[in-house]
Amino acid sequence: MGSQILDQLKRDKILDLLKTGKRIDGRALDEQRPLVIETGVIPKANGSARVKLGDTEIITGVKIQPDKPFPDLGDKGILICTAEILPLADPNAEPGPPNEEVIELARVVDRGIRETEMIDLHQLVLIENKSVIGMFIDSSVIDSGGNLFDACSYASVAGILSCSVPKYEITNDAPVLVEGVTSKPPIKTLPVSVTMARIGDYIVIDPTRDEESCMDARITITTNSDGNICAVQKGGSDGFTAEQLLQCSEMALVVGRKIRKQFEQLM
Amino acid sequence: MTEDGIRCDGRRLDELRNISIKVGVLKNADGSAYIEFGKNKILAGVFGPRDVHPKHMANPDSGILRCRYHMSPFSVTERKNPAPSRREIEISKVIKEALQPAVILKDYPRTVIDVFIEVLQADGGSRCAALDAAAVALADAGIPMRDLVSACAAGKVADRIVLDVNNEEDQEGQADMPVALMPNMGKITLLQLDGMLKPEEFKTCMQTALVGCKRVYEVQRKALMEKYFQNGEQ
Repeated sequence: MGSQILDQLKRDKILDLLKTGKRIDGRALDEQRPLVIETGVIPKANGSARVKLGDTEIITGVKIQPDKPFPDLGDKGILICTAEILPLADPNAEPGPPNEEVIELARVVDRGIRETEMIDLHQLVLIENKSVIGMFIDSSVIDSGGNLFDACSYASVAGILSCSVPKYEITNDAPVLVEGVTSKPPIKTLPVSVTMARIGDYIVIDPTRDEESCMDARITITTNSDGNICAVQKGGSDGFTAEQLLQCSEMALVVGRKIRKQFEQLM
Repeated sequence: MTEDGIRCDGRRLDELRNISIKVGVLKNADGSAYIEFGKNKILAGVFGPRDVHPKHMANPDSGILRCRYHMSPFSVTERKNPAPSRREIEISKVIKEALQPAVILKDYPRTVIDVFIEVLQADGGSRCAALDAAAVALADAGIPMRDLVSACAAGKVADRIVLDVNNEEDQEGQADMPVALMPNMGKITLLQLDGMLKPEEFKTCMQTALVGCKRVYEVQRKALMEKYFQNGEQ
């Protein structure tokens, strides 16, 4: 249980610094770590990205293949985002079925991209109710340095932006791949996920692993290009006041605009 | 929805569905509650503080809280596979994190408090109703708490902000925002959103949900009073 004593010491140190307006890595409270995006890193995938957010590193691959639509959504293509923390990424990660943290991570990343309606799913239909194009966006955490929510979301968005969508034609009611013809995915908006942690009375953006280990609560807010708020998830073992949450929503919009500029360069 | 804001089930924009809560409905559990929230029918049972199994999960400094939200196979239109889905695992986690700030776990090192929630029939807003029942069940179990936790959703339907989104409104609506509040401490312990809201709508929606939480709190309080202060005395 030594780690609990260490976490308490860490928390004291982090809080002491926050009182003077500083963070352990020297950032301002509302400053993100540098975001480095590289696309096309896995040529066998239809789209891919390697994203570094500080010490956190993610690889995302996008696979595109024909599929049957969901029974109640016959006029829409399929979009599924997943996320996984590889055992090599984190000393506490274990191989095997995903735990609740990993399931939450995957579902929050998926929700951000789905609810902003980043992709026009109506354009991925081959035959209504019968055959559609499925986009599977799978993210792997390869080094876990805190704020996996934003890092996985950025990698997923970058992976989608880098996609070449193969063309399928319907022959005898079945989709057949047309070799050598691809198109850009039907992008409607750019989602940006922004995660903030509350430590004591302070709200810090893009928490590191150390900050996460001693935070009271966490909030992830995803905005779209029009400045709408589209997905929110609170986490952690404590809460926020309404004022703090409104402050967080404003921060998410401001930081969202900066990150979105970085995405625009990929288009 | 009609022009003057009457919703598909006849409610006004700021009207909750009918809520009734019964406390102490299970013999074996240390605390329990049954809630009907619109068409939602949900049972919550609390066990503990008790020994932790598996043992390595125990914390020598504090008790731990575990939560399982589960939907019965017959609770929805199409039979649901009884195995816990990813959705149920996520909801279990957010409910646990919504209750945790209210429960004084420090008093019970090396023990666990288990909260089991069974959704017997689901309507929209089942996670909020489940939370409302779970908080009452924790209180019924005599577990020291800083405050109750009261939850309610708000959303956007046909371009208007409405309180307590039902199933049809959730399917057709533009946004759904479940919120949980510790009413006396003014602390928000659960906040989720899916949909699309302008920043000012986000604020209104959250405030609408908080008003709902406070009304739910009155129902929870009354239910606890009915069991523990039958003659109306404090």
